[in-house]
Amino acid sequence: MRVWHFSEEPYPAAWSANPDNLRVSLPNSNIDPVKAADLYHRYLDEWLLADDLGFDIFANEHHSTPTCMTASVNLILAILARQTRKARLLGLGLPIGIRTDPLRVAEELAMIDVISRGRLEMGFIKGVPYEFSAANRSPVRIMDRFWEAHDLIIKAMSTHDGAFSWEGEYFHYRSVNIWPRPWQQPHPPVWSSVGSMHNVRNMAIRGYTMATFINGWQKSRDLFTEYRKHWALAGHAGPVPLDRFAYLGMVAIASTQAEAERRGQLVRGYLETNATAYDQHKNPPGFWSAGDSARLIKMFGKPHPTMTVTTRDGQKLGPVAQCSIADMVAGGLMFCGTPDQVYEQIVTFADAVGGFGNLLMMGQGGRLGHEDTEDSLKLFGREVLPRLKAYGAQKALEAA
Amino acid sequence: MSESVVNGSYKLGEVSIDLTVRGSGPALLFLHPEIGIETDAPLIDALAREWQVHVPAHPGFGGSELPRWMSEVDDLAYFYLDYLAAQNIERAVVVGSSFGGWIAAEMAIRSCERISHLVLAGAAGIKVADREHRDFVDMFTVSMAELNALSYEDPMLARRDIRELDEAALTQLHRNREATGLFAWSPYMHHPKLRQRLHRIVAPTLVLWGSNDRIVSADYGRAWCAGIPGAQFDQIANSGHYPHIEQPASFAARVTAFAKA
Repeated sequence: MRVWHFSEEPYPAAWSANPDNLRVSLPNSNIDPVKAADLYHRYLDEWLLADDLGFDIFANEHHSTPTCMTASVNLILAILARQTRKARLLGLGLPIGIRTDPLRVAEELAMIDVISRGRLEMGFIKGVPYEFSAANRSPVRIMDRFWEAHDLIIKAMSTHDGAFSWEGEYFHYRSVNIWPRPWQQPHPPVWSSVGSMHNVRNMAIRGYTMATFINGWQKSRDLFTEYRKHWALAGHAGPVPLDRFAYLGMVAIASTQAEAERRGQLVRGYLETNATAYDQHKNPPGFWSAGDSARLIKMFGKPHPTMTVTTRDGQKLGPVAQCSIADMVAGGLMFCGTPDQVYEQIVTFADAVGGFGNLLMMGQGGRLGHEDTEDSLKLFGREVLPRLKAYGAQKALEAA
Repeated sequence: MSESVVNGSYKLGEVSIDLTVRGSGPALLFLHPEIGIETDAPLIDALAREWQVHVPAHPGFGGSELPRWMSEVDDLAYFYLDYLAAQNIERAVVVGSSFGGWIAAEMAIRSCERISHLVLAGAAGIKVADREHRDFVDMFTVSMAELNALSYEDPMLARRDIRELDEAALTQLHRNREATGLFAWSPYMHHPKLRQRLHRIVAPTLVLWGSNDRIVSADYGRAWCAGIPGAQFDQIANSGHYPHIEQPASFAARVTAFAKA
């Protein structure tokens, strides 16, 4: 199993600026560029440490928010492409339907792949409702635009005999001819994240890696099962390789359980701020289906809806904001404890949901500070990572 | 082009739309705003005393289909020019409110052949203010409660709680927002070149504004008049952005007085 160290590069000092809204319209007077610089360097240092320790690297992007200072995932990966040596570099993701210019995206990705000597993994995503204002993109028909951008990027990366033209519904190019071409041929591996069944089939048909984020036992199992179904229907040979599945969980690890739980309380700050947004920012036109939109409108003005934590056997433990760390572990949202405990929790969860070859580890989340993050990474890297790699190798052998 | 009016549903070309036709007399086409229109709206009855009123739900709005190829307001303008031809309406009064006013103006710059009179009520569609000021309140970034408060002068309408709507009404609201997000997202609620084309409107034109429109100002209404040859400007008292909802009798009387003068 590969383990990917992830941080959203949060700016927690601004989290109390507006209890109702941390998205889209929070004034940037709430971010101090000096403190932001220190934080960027800190998070980059943690990724560099992760590289030294044998982790892979995962970054994302959001816009206009103190929950995530990475406004461009390609920029942070470009730095890491030069600064790291071994880690694979996953950007999950790039909201390619929202981006103005997918040809520019293809060029940037090719540069990152070449500079890193073939370590790029490309995560293409729809984006969350808050992202559309930053690019002034209407969410209406966004997945049509997404797939046209996808098709163009893939063709740009895999065409080597000179320029081609593109006159699509959304994009027009007289001359597509990217330099450099990517290191990995025909193109770097493609990932996407899914939270519902809508897009699973498209992932499975293409054999792309499908990630699901902090979704717990039942939903993760359902999504992976659905992928397996469409993989078989599409006529792919054999079972789905485990490296096509990824799960994002929060991780809090320490040498004692009490210390791990203290860190867990800091990491979970992510969940408590993630959905803090004005109602109108949560429901831009066309983002949700009519039914989902109607349900969302019914909840407007009420406290932020958070996911219900559900145990492996279906017992509902309540909204995540009111749950203990133990509840979150029971819900499969967080892996927390000593190295032995964390290892056991991860493999138990992975086996139960049908197996996955990638743990996307929120190793830094919420208010978890640098010393805690560094110590956690070292402990996980030394005590858990080798065992997970061995476990993954064994599972791959069994599957073959 | 096939045509039929069955149970409020009408098919034009491949596109099936919701359609209400009421009253008798000369034809009047009412083009609803971004919030759609209720088929039992008092306005329709008020107009139906003098006119044969045609009230379609635009493609993508209400229960009307949205064909995949439609994405811009000119698609809607051509659709309604085709509609007038398909219904054999030789001359119609075309009345548009807000987003519907934009469609009406886009029809009129293309052809006034079948348009006897044009009424633009709180119409969107042109760019007046400088680049750092929008003319039309951004309905997508204010809360729905705030949008209601800005839209109406009547406090009862302004306080309407959309959370109390039933599932069917919420679905329509969703569709109306989604279609507006397709046709009017960016440039927001206008076509940058429309103002330069207004001289092509040869139909007598009335620009009507609510006396207390806080979505788009009366000065914006006067800018329409400055661009359309001979256009008149008038306001309706005790009304916000949708005078056809807040003052339907007065709205209908004003339209009739203008078009029958």
